[in-house]
Amino acid sequence: MHPYLPVLIVLAVALVIGLVMSFLSAFFGPKVPSAVKQEVFECGVPELGSRERMSVRFYLTAILFILFDIETVFLYLWARTFKSLGWFGIVEIFVFVAILVAGYVYVLKRKALEWE
Amino acid sequence: MELPVLDETAVQIIATVVKFLVVLVAVLHIPPVMIWVERRAPALMQRRRGPNRVGFFRWRLWGLLQTLADAVKLIFKEESVPGSAYRGFFHLAPLIGLIPTLLFVSSIPFGPGIEIGGWKISLSVIELDIGALFILAVTGIGVYGVTLAGWASNGKFSLLGSLRASAQMISYEIPLGLSLIPLVLIYGSLNLQQLIYAQSVVWKWGIFLSPISFFIFLICMFAETNRAPFDLSEGESELVAGFHTEYGSAKFALFFLSEYVAMFALSCLCSVLFFGGWQIPFVSHALLVSLLGVNLAALVGVATLLLKAAFFMWLYVWVRWTLPRFRYDQLMNLGWKFLLPLGLANICVTALVLAVMGA
Repeated sequence: MHPYLPVLIVLAVALVIGLVMSFLSAFFGPKVPSAVKQEVFECGVPELGSRERMSVRFYLTAILFILFDIETVFLYLWARTFKSLGWFGIVEIFVFVAILVAGYVYVLKRKALEWE
Repeated sequence: MELPVLDETAVQIIATVVKFLVVLVAVLHIPPVMIWVERRAPALMQRRRGPNRVGFFRWRLWGLLQTLADAVKLIFKEESVPGSAYRGFFHLAPLIGLIPTLLFVSSIPFGPGIEIGGWKISLSVIELDIGALFILAVTGIGVYGVTLAGWASNGKFSLLGSLRASAQMISYEIPLGLSLIPLVLIYGSLNLQQLIYAQSVVWKWGIFLSPISFFIFLICMFAETNRAPFDLSEGESELVAGFHTEYGSAKFALFFLSEYVAMFALSCLCSVLFFGGWQIPFVSHALLVSLLGVNLAALVGVATLLLKAAFFMWLYVWVRWTLPRFRYDQLMNLGWKFLLPLGLANICVTALVLAVMGA
Protein backbone atom coordinates (compact mmCIF):
# COMPACT_ATOMS: atom_id res chain seq x y z
CA MET A 1 0.00 0.00 0.00
CA HIS A 2 1.24 3.45 -0.84
CA PRO A 3 2.21 5.26 2.41
CA TYR A 4 0.14 8.33 1.51
CA LEU A 5 -3.09 6.38 0.92
CA PRO A 6 -4.04 6.59 4.64
CA VAL A 7 -3.74 10.39 4.39
CA LEU A 8 -6.40 10.37 1.68
CA ILE A 9 -8.61 7.97 3.63
CA VAL A 10 -8.37 10.09 6.78
CA LEU A 11 -9.09 13.23 4.76
CA ALA A 12 -12.21 11.71 3.21
CA VAL A 13 -13.62 10.27 6.44
CA ALA A 14 -12.80 13.45 8.39
CA LEU A 15 -14.50 15.58 5.73
CA VAL A 16 -17.70 13.53 5.85
CA ILE A 17 -17.83 13.48 9.65
CA GLY A 18 -16.94 17.16 9.91
CA LEU A 19 -19.69 18.09 7.45
CA VAL A 20 -22.26 16.02 9.32
CA MET A 21 -21.23 17.55 12.63
CA SER A 22 -21.22 21.13 11.41
CA PHE A 23 -24.75 20.81 10.05
CA LEU A 24 -26.21 19.09 13.13
CA SER A 25 -27.67 22.34 14.44
CA ALA A 26 -29.08 23.21 11.04
CA PHE A 27 -31.15 20.00 11.29
CA PHE A 28 -32.06 20.01 14.98
CA GLY A 29 -32.06 23.67 15.95
CA PRO A 30 -34.98 26.11 15.62
CA LYS A 31 -34.86 28.74 12.88
CA VAL A 32 -36.22 32.10 13.93
CA PRO A 33 -34.08 34.70 12.16
CA SER A 34 -34.48 38.38 12.91
CA ALA A 35 -32.67 41.54 11.83
CA VAL A 36 -31.18 42.20 15.25
CA LYS A 37 -30.09 38.60 15.71
CA GLN A 38 -28.18 38.66 12.46
CA GLU A 39 -26.11 41.67 13.42
CA VAL A 40 -22.47 41.19 14.30
CA PHE A 41 -21.84 41.26 18.04
CA GLU A 42 -20.26 44.58 18.96
CA CYS A 43 -21.39 44.94 22.56
CA GLY A 44 -24.72 46.50 21.63
CA VAL A 45 -23.60 49.53 19.64
CA PRO A 46 -24.74 49.76 15.97
CA GLU A 47 -22.73 47.48 13.69
CA LEU A 48 -19.69 49.03 12.00
CA GLY A 49 -18.16 46.02 10.31
CA SER A 50 -14.46 45.34 10.09
CA ARG A 51 -13.53 45.31 6.41
CA GLU A 52 -10.91 47.99 6.75
CA ARG A 53 -7.17 48.20 7.11
CA MET A 54 -5.34 46.20 9.72
CA SER A 55 -1.96 46.80 11.29
CA VAL A 56 0.95 46.26 8.90
CA ARG A 57 2.76 44.35 11.65
CA PHE A 58 0.68 41.28 10.89
CA TYR A 59 1.75 41.29 7.23
CA LEU A 60 5.39 41.69 8.26
CA THR A 61 5.08 38.78 10.66
CA ALA A 62 3.58 36.63 7.93
CA ILE A 63 6.36 37.48 5.45
CA LEU A 64 9.10 36.83 8.01
CA PHE A 65 7.39 33.58 8.95
CA ILE A 66 7.63 32.33 5.37
CA LEU A 67 11.35 33.15 5.21
CA PHE A 68 12.23 31.44 8.46
CA ASP A 69 9.92 28.51 7.92
CA ILE A 70 11.50 27.62 4.58
CA GLU A 71 14.87 27.82 6.27
CA THR A 72 13.61 25.36 8.88
CA VAL A 73 12.68 22.92 6.14
CA PHE A 74 16.20 23.18 4.69
CA LEU A 75 17.61 22.40 8.12
CA TYR A 76 15.44 19.26 8.27
CA LEU A 77 16.94 17.92 5.06
CA TRP A 78 20.43 18.55 6.41
CA ALA A 79 19.60 17.02 9.80
CA ARG A 80 18.36 13.81 8.17
CA THR A 81 21.58 13.40 6.13
CA PHE A 82 23.82 14.74 8.90
CA LYS A 83 25.60 11.45 9.63
CA SER A 84 26.60 10.81 6.03
CA LEU A 85 27.67 14.40 5.33
CA GLY A 86 30.08 14.65 8.27
CA TRP A 87 32.22 17.75 8.83
CA PHE A 88 31.50 19.03 5.30
CA GLY A 89 27.81 19.27 6.17
CA ILE A 90 28.53 21.04 9.43
CA VAL A 91 30.68 23.72 7.77
CA GLU A 92 28.07 24.20 5.05
CA ILE A 93 25.22 24.55 7.51
CA PHE A 94 27.20 26.97 9.65
CA VAL A 95 27.67 29.18 6.60
CA PHE A 96 23.94 28.87 5.91
CA VAL A 97 23.01 29.75 9.50
CA ALA A 98 25.50 32.65 9.49
CA ILE A 99 23.82 34.19 6.41
CA LEU A 100 20.47 33.63 8.07
CA VAL A 101 21.59 35.27 11.32
CA ALA A 102 22.84 38.25 9.30
CA GLY A 103 19.33 38.61 7.84
CA TYR A 104 17.81 38.13 11.27
CA VAL A 105 20.01 40.89 12.75
CA TYR A 106 18.99 43.17 9.85
CA VAL A 107 15.32 42.50 10.60
CA LEU A 108 15.91 43.27 14.26
CA LYS A 109 17.81 46.51 13.48
CA ARG A 110 15.04 47.71 11.17
CA LYS A 111 12.65 47.16 14.10
CA ALA A 112 10.42 44.89 12.03
CA LEU A 113 9.73 42.79 15.09
CA GLU A 114 8.85 45.61 17.50
CA TRP A 115 5.31 45.59 18.88
CA GLU A 116 4.11 48.47 20.95
CA MET B 1 -21.42 -17.46 -0.32
CA GLU B 2 -17.69 -17.56 -0.78
CA LEU B 3 -15.68 -14.93 0.99
CA PRO B 4 -13.18 -13.07 -1.21
CA VAL B 5 -9.56 -13.75 -0.34
CA LEU B 6 -8.00 -10.70 1.30
CA ASP B 7 -4.64 -9.50 0.08
CA GLU B 8 -2.21 -7.23 1.90
CA THR B 9 -3.52 -3.96 0.40
CA ALA B 10 -7.16 -4.67 1.21
CA VAL B 11 -6.33 -5.63 4.80
CA GLN B 12 -4.29 -2.47 5.28
CA ILE B 13 -7.02 -0.24 3.84
CA ILE B 14 -9.68 -1.81 6.06
CA ALA B 15 -7.30 -1.54 9.02
CA THR B 16 -6.70 2.15 8.26
CA VAL B 17 -10.41 2.93 8.20
CA VAL B 18 -11.05 0.98 11.41
CA LYS B 19 -8.04 2.56 13.16
CA PHE B 20 -9.15 6.04 12.17
CA LEU B 21 -12.69 5.44 13.37
CA VAL B 22 -11.36 4.17 16.71
CA VAL B 23 -9.12 7.24 17.03
CA LEU B 24 -12.02 9.50 16.06
CA VAL B 25 -14.39 8.04 18.62
CA ALA B 26 -11.70 8.25 21.29
CA VAL B 27 -10.88 11.81 20.33
CA LEU B 28 -14.55 12.86 20.44
CA HIS B 29 -14.53 11.96 24.12
CA ILE B 30 -11.59 14.20 24.95
CA PRO B 31 -13.35 17.61 24.97
CA PRO B 32 -16.17 16.56 27.34
CA VAL B 33 -13.78 15.04 29.84
CA MET B 34 -11.20 17.82 29.49
CA ILE B 35 -13.76 20.60 29.86
CA TRP B 36 -15.02 18.86 32.97
CA VAL B 37 -11.44 18.69 34.31
CA GLU B 38 -10.97 22.30 33.35
CA ARG B 39 -13.95 23.30 35.48
CA ARG B 40 -13.30 21.03 38.42
CA ALA B 41 -9.56 21.66 38.70
CA PRO B 42 -9.81 25.45 39.18
CA ALA B 43 -12.71 24.83 41.55
CA LEU B 44 -10.36 22.64 43.59
CA MET B 45 -7.59 25.24 43.41
CA GLN B 46 -9.90 28.09 44.36
CA ARG B 47 -11.82 26.12 47.00
CA ARG B 48 -15.10 26.23 45.10
CA ARG B 49 -17.36 23.37 44.10
CA GLY B 50 -17.49 23.58 40.32
CA PRO B 51 -20.16 21.72 38.34
CA ASN B 52 -21.37 18.80 40.46
CA ARG B 53 -25.07 18.41 39.67
CA VAL B 54 -25.65 16.88 36.24
CA GLY B 55 -25.47 13.12 36.56
CA PHE B 56 -27.33 9.98 35.70
CA PHE B 57 -30.61 9.85 37.66
CA ARG B 58 -29.58 9.34 41.30
CA TRP B 59 -25.85 9.19 40.63
CA ARG B 60 -24.28 12.59 40.28
CA LEU B 61 -20.87 11.30 39.16
CA TRP B 62 -19.20 14.54 40.37
CA GLY B 63 -20.92 16.45 37.58
CA LEU B 64 -19.14 14.44 34.90
CA LEU B 65 -22.13 14.62 32.57
CA GLN B 66 -22.25 18.44 32.67
CA THR B 67 -20.32 18.83 29.42
CA LEU B 68 -22.43 16.14 27.75
CA ALA B 69 -25.45 18.24 28.60
CA ASP B 70 -23.66 21.28 27.21
CA ALA B 71 -22.92 19.48 23.96
CA VAL B 72 -26.56 18.44 23.58
CA LYS B 73 -27.59 22.02 24.29
CA LEU B 74 -25.20 23.33 21.62
CA ILE B 75 -26.53 20.92 19.00
CA PHE B 76 -30.14 21.97 19.64
CA LYS B 77 -29.38 25.69 19.44
CA GLU B 78 -30.34 27.86 16.50
CA GLU B 79 -27.59 28.34 13.99
CA SER B 80 -27.25 32.08 13.49
CA VAL B 81 -25.06 33.54 10.75
CA PRO B 82 -24.34 37.28 10.78
CA GLY B 83 -26.00 39.01 7.84
CA SER B 84 -22.79 40.65 6.69
CA ALA B 85 -20.64 37.52 6.91
CA TYR B 86 -19.04 35.75 3.94
CA ARG B 87 -21.29 32.73 4.14
CA GLY B 88 -19.13 30.19 2.33
CA PHE B 89 -16.01 30.86 4.36
CA PHE B 90 -18.07 31.17 7.52
CA HIS B 91 -19.31 27.59 7.13
CA LEU B 92 -15.96 26.30 5.88
CA ALA B 93 -13.73 27.68 8.65
CA PRO B 94 -14.60 25.18 11.43
CA LEU B 95 -13.98 22.31 9.00
CA ILE B 96 -10.60 23.69 7.94
CA GLY B 97 -9.79 23.98 11.62
CA LEU B 98 -10.86 20.43 12.43
CA ILE B 99 -9.48 18.33 9.56
CA PRO B 100 -5.76 19.20 10.05
CA THR B 101 -5.98 18.41 13.74
CA LEU B 102 -7.53 15.03 12.90
CA LEU B 103 -4.69 14.39 10.42
CA PHE B 104 -2.23 15.38 13.15
CA VAL B 105 -3.68 13.04 15.75
CA SER B 106 -3.84 10.16 13.26
CA SER B 107 -0.12 10.37 12.53
CA ILE B 108 0.80 9.69 16.17
CA PRO B 109 2.10 6.13 16.69
CA PHE B 110 -0.04 5.05 19.62
CA GLY B 111 1.77 1.79 20.18
CA PRO B 112 3.87 -0.97 18.66
CA GLY B 113 2.29 -3.10 15.95
CA ILE B 114 -0.31 -5.74 16.61
CA GLU B 115 -1.02 -9.01 14.83
CA ILE B 116 -4.50 -10.10 13.82
CA GLY B 117 -4.86 -13.36 11.93
CA GLY B 118 -1.26 -13.24 10.77
CA TRP B 119 -1.49 -9.68 9.41
CA LYS B 120 0.88 -7.15 10.92
CA ILE B 121 -0.92 -3.87 11.65
CA SER B 122 0.84 -0.78 12.95
CA LEU B 123 -0.93 1.32 15.54
CA SER B 124 -0.61 4.67 13.81
CA VAL B 125 -3.24 5.50 11.23
CA ILE B 126 -0.82 7.43 9.04
CA GLU B 127 2.75 6.15 9.13
CA LEU B 128 5.07 8.28 7.04
CA ASP B 129 8.85 8.35 6.89
CA ILE B 130 8.66 12.12 7.20
CA GLY B 131 6.18 12.02 10.08
CA ALA B 132 7.64 14.99 11.95
CA LEU B 133 7.62 17.21 8.84
CA PHE B 134 4.10 16.07 7.97
CA ILE B 135 2.91 17.15 11.42
CA LEU B 136 4.53 20.57 11.01
CA ALA B 137 2.87 20.99 7.61
CA VAL B 138 -0.51 19.99 8.95
CA THR B 139 -0.35 22.38 11.91
CA GLY B 140 0.45 25.09 9.37
CA ILE B 141 -2.85 24.42 7.59
CA GLY B 142 -4.71 24.78 10.88
CA VAL B 143 -3.91 28.51 10.86
CA TYR B 144 -6.21 28.94 7.85
CA GLY B 145 -9.24 27.88 9.87
CA VAL B 146 -8.58 30.53 12.49
CA THR B 147 -7.87 33.27 9.95
CA LEU B 148 -10.91 32.48 7.83
CA ALA B 149 -13.22 32.28 10.83
CA GLY B 150 -12.30 35.78 11.95
CA TRP B 151 -12.26 37.28 8.48
CA ALA B 152 -15.55 35.76 7.35
CA SER B 153 -17.54 36.86 10.40
CA ASN B 154 -16.89 40.55 9.69
CA GLY B 155 -16.85 41.48 13.35
CA LYS B 156 -14.25 43.64 15.08
CA PHE B 157 -13.64 41.20 17.88
CA SER B 158 -13.47 38.21 15.56
CA LEU B 159 -11.04 39.92 13.19
CA LEU B 160 -8.75 41.14 15.96
CA GLY B 161 -8.85 37.77 17.65
CA SER B 162 -8.06 35.88 14.45
CA LEU B 163 -5.24 38.26 13.51
CA ARG B 164 -3.67 37.84 16.92
CA ALA B 165 -4.16 34.09 16.92
CA SER B 166 -2.79 33.51 13.43
CA ALA B 167 0.24 35.80 13.95
CA GLN B 168 0.94 33.99 17.19
CA MET B 169 0.54 30.52 15.69
CA ILE B 170 2.84 31.19 12.75
CA SER B 171 5.40 32.91 14.98
CA TYR B 172 5.65 29.91 17.27
CA GLU B 173 5.69 27.42 14.43
CA ILE B 174 9.30 28.43 13.67
CA PRO B 175 10.71 27.62 17.14
CA LEU B 176 8.53 24.48 17.13
CA GLY B 177 10.17 23.36 13.89
CA LEU B 178 13.64 24.28 15.13
CA SER B 179 13.16 22.41 18.40
CA LEU B 180 12.66 19.09 16.60
CA ILE B 181 15.85 19.31 14.52
CA PRO B 182 18.29 18.35 17.34
CA LEU B 183 16.24 15.19 17.84
CA VAL B 184 16.50 14.39 14.15
CA LEU B 185 20.26 14.96 14.41
CA ILE B 186 20.59 12.65 17.42
CA TYR B 187 18.29 9.84 16.32
CA GLY B 188 18.78 10.25 12.56
CA SER B 189 15.15 9.76 11.59
CA LEU B 190 11.96 11.71 10.95
CA ASN B 191 9.75 8.65 11.37
CA LEU B 192 7.97 8.93 14.71
CA GLN B 193 7.88 5.17 15.29
CA GLN B 194 11.63 4.92 14.70
CA LEU B 195 12.17 7.88 17.03
CA ILE B 196 10.39 5.90 19.74
CA TYR B 197 12.46 2.75 19.08
CA ALA B 198 15.61 4.88 19.31
CA GLN B 199 14.58 5.94 22.84
CA SER B 200 14.53 2.37 24.11
CA VAL B 201 16.26 3.14 27.42
CA VAL B 202 15.48 5.97 29.80
CA TRP B 203 18.78 7.84 29.46
CA LYS B 204 18.26 7.96 25.69
CA TRP B 205 14.98 9.86 26.06
CA GLY B 206 14.77 13.15 24.20
CA ILE B 207 14.42 15.16 27.38
CA PHE B 208 17.83 13.98 28.63
CA LEU B 209 19.67 14.18 25.32
CA SER B 210 18.24 17.55 24.32
CA PRO B 211 16.67 19.35 27.28
CA ILE B 212 16.70 22.75 25.56
CA SER B 213 14.60 21.31 22.73
CA PHE B 214 12.09 20.15 25.30
CA PHE B 215 12.04 23.60 26.87
CA ILE B 216 11.32 25.27 23.49
CA PHE B 217 8.80 22.61 22.51
CA LEU B 218 6.89 22.97 25.76
CA ILE B 219 6.50 26.74 25.35
CA CYS B 220 5.48 26.33 21.70
CA MET B 221 2.97 23.66 22.71
CA PHE B 222 1.08 26.23 24.76
CA ALA B 223 1.44 29.01 22.19
CA GLU B 224 0.39 26.83 19.21
CA THR B 225 -2.94 25.96 20.77
CA ASN B 226 -3.57 29.55 21.94
CA ARG B 227 -3.80 28.40 25.52
CA ALA B 228 -3.05 30.33 28.69
CA PRO B 229 -0.67 32.03 29.40
CA PHE B 230 -0.68 32.80 25.64
CA ASP B 231 -4.44 33.00 25.11
CA LEU B 232 -4.44 36.61 23.88
CA SER B 233 -6.52 35.63 20.88
CA GLU B 234 -9.50 35.15 23.16
CA GLY B 235 -8.74 37.49 26.04
CA GLU B 236 -12.29 37.64 27.41
CA SER B 237 -11.76 41.05 28.96
CA GLU B 238 -10.83 42.66 25.63
CA LEU B 239 -12.10 40.53 22.75
CA VAL B 240 -15.24 38.78 24.06
CA ALA B 241 -14.17 35.38 22.71
CA GLY B 242 -11.70 36.03 19.90
CA PHE B 243 -12.06 34.53 16.46
CA HIS B 244 -15.15 32.46 17.26
CA THR B 245 -17.22 35.32 18.68
CA GLU B 246 -19.84 35.01 15.94
CA TYR B 247 -20.09 31.23 16.05
CA GLY B 248 -22.76 29.42 17.97
CA SER B 249 -24.34 25.98 18.11
CA ALA B 250 -22.58 22.99 16.52
CA LYS B 251 -19.96 25.11 14.72
CA PHE B 252 -18.81 26.54 18.03
CA ALA B 253 -18.57 22.99 19.34
CA LEU B 254 -16.39 22.10 16.33
CA PHE B 255 -13.92 24.87 17.24
CA PHE B 256 -13.80 23.54 20.77
CA LEU B 257 -13.30 20.02 19.49
CA SER B 258 -10.39 21.02 17.27
CA GLU B 259 -8.75 22.97 20.08
CA TYR B 260 -8.85 20.02 22.45
CA VAL B 261 -7.82 17.52 19.79
CA ALA B 262 -4.84 19.74 18.98
CA MET B 263 -3.93 19.84 22.67
CA PHE B 264 -4.17 16.06 22.87
CA ALA B 265 -2.14 15.56 19.70
CA LEU B 266 0.60 17.90 20.91
CA SER B 267 0.65 16.15 24.29
CA CYS B 268 1.07 12.81 22.51
CA LEU B 269 3.78 14.26 20.27
CA CYS B 270 5.62 15.60 23.31
CA SER B 271 5.54 12.15 24.94
CA VAL B 272 6.67 10.54 21.69
CA LEU B 273 9.56 12.91 21.09
CA PHE B 274 10.88 13.45 24.59
CA PHE B 275 9.53 10.71 26.86
CA GLY B 276 9.95 7.48 24.94
CA GLY B 277 6.43 7.29 23.53
CA TRP B 278 4.63 4.07 24.40
CA GLN B 279 7.58 2.48 26.20
CA ILE B 280 7.40 1.93 29.94
CA PRO B 281 10.56 3.28 31.63
CA PHE B 282 12.98 0.52 32.75
CA VAL B 283 10.85 -2.23 31.18
CA SER B 284 11.99 -3.30 27.75
CA HIS B 285 9.38 -3.98 25.10
CA ALA B 286 10.88 -7.40 24.33
CA LEU B 287 10.30 -8.45 27.95
CA LEU B 288 6.66 -7.34 27.77
CA VAL B 289 6.15 -9.27 24.53
CA SER B 290 7.61 -12.44 26.05
CA LEU B 291 5.36 -12.07 29.10
CA LEU B 292 2.08 -10.94 27.54
CA GLY B 293 2.29 -11.69 23.84
CA VAL B 294 2.36 -9.14 21.03
CA ASN B 295 -1.19 -7.84 21.21
CA LEU B 296 -1.45 -7.39 24.98
CA ALA B 297 1.96 -5.73 25.06
CA ALA B 298 0.74 -3.31 22.39
CA LEU B 299 -2.30 -2.49 24.53
CA VAL B 300 -0.05 -1.82 27.52
CA GLY B 301 1.98 0.45 25.25
CA VAL B 302 -1.11 2.41 24.20
CA ALA B 303 -2.09 2.83 27.85
CA THR B 304 1.41 4.06 28.68
CA LEU B 305 1.37 6.66 25.92
CA LEU B 306 -2.09 7.85 26.96
CA LEU B 307 -0.91 8.14 30.56
CA LYS B 308 2.06 10.24 29.51
CA ALA B 309 -0.19 12.40 27.32
CA ALA B 310 -2.66 12.77 30.19
CA PHE B 311 0.08 14.33 32.26
CA PHE B 312 0.61 17.04 29.63
CA MET B 313 -3.14 17.60 29.32
CA TRP B 314 -3.18 18.15 33.06
CA LEU B 315 -0.20 20.50 32.67
CA TYR B 316 -2.26 22.60 30.26
CA VAL B 317 -4.98 23.03 32.89
CA TRP B 318 -2.51 23.51 35.71
CA VAL B 319 -0.62 26.25 33.89
CA ARG B 320 -3.80 27.96 32.79
CA TRP B 321 -4.94 28.53 36.36
CA THR B 322 -1.47 29.34 37.66
CA LEU B 323 0.06 31.92 35.32
CA PRO B 324 -1.40 35.30 34.31
CA ARG B 325 -1.79 36.22 30.63
CA PHE B 326 1.14 37.66 28.67
CA ARG B 327 1.03 41.03 26.92
CA TYR B 328 1.07 40.80 23.12
CA ASP B 329 4.49 42.45 22.63
CA GLN B 330 5.94 40.17 25.32
CA LEU B 331 4.50 37.17 23.50
CA MET B 332 6.00 38.16 20.14
CA ASN B 333 9.34 39.08 21.73
CA LEU B 334 9.53 35.71 23.45
CA GLY B 335 8.91 33.91 20.16
CA TRP B 336 11.06 35.93 17.80
CA LYS B 337 13.83 37.32 19.99
CA PHE B 338 14.36 34.54 22.49
CA LEU B 339 13.12 31.16 21.24
CA LEU B 340 14.26 31.57 17.62
CA PRO B 341 17.95 32.38 18.40
CA LEU B 342 17.90 29.79 21.17
CA GLY B 343 16.60 27.16 18.75
CA LEU B 344 19.26 27.97 16.15
CA ALA B 345 22.04 27.91 18.77
CA ASN B 346 20.68 24.62 20.09
CA ILE B 347 20.94 23.06 16.63
CA CYS B 348 24.50 24.33 16.04
CA VAL B 349 25.73 23.16 19.46
CA THR B 350 24.08 19.76 19.10
CA ALA B 351 25.60 19.27 15.64
CA LEU B 352 29.08 20.25 16.92
CA VAL B 353 28.88 17.98 19.94
CA LEU B 354 27.66 15.06 17.84
CA ALA B 355 30.43 15.59 15.27
CA VAL B 356 33.14 15.82 17.94
CA MET B 357 31.84 12.69 19.66
CA GLY B 358 31.61 10.84 16.36
CA ALA B 359 35.08 11.84 15.18
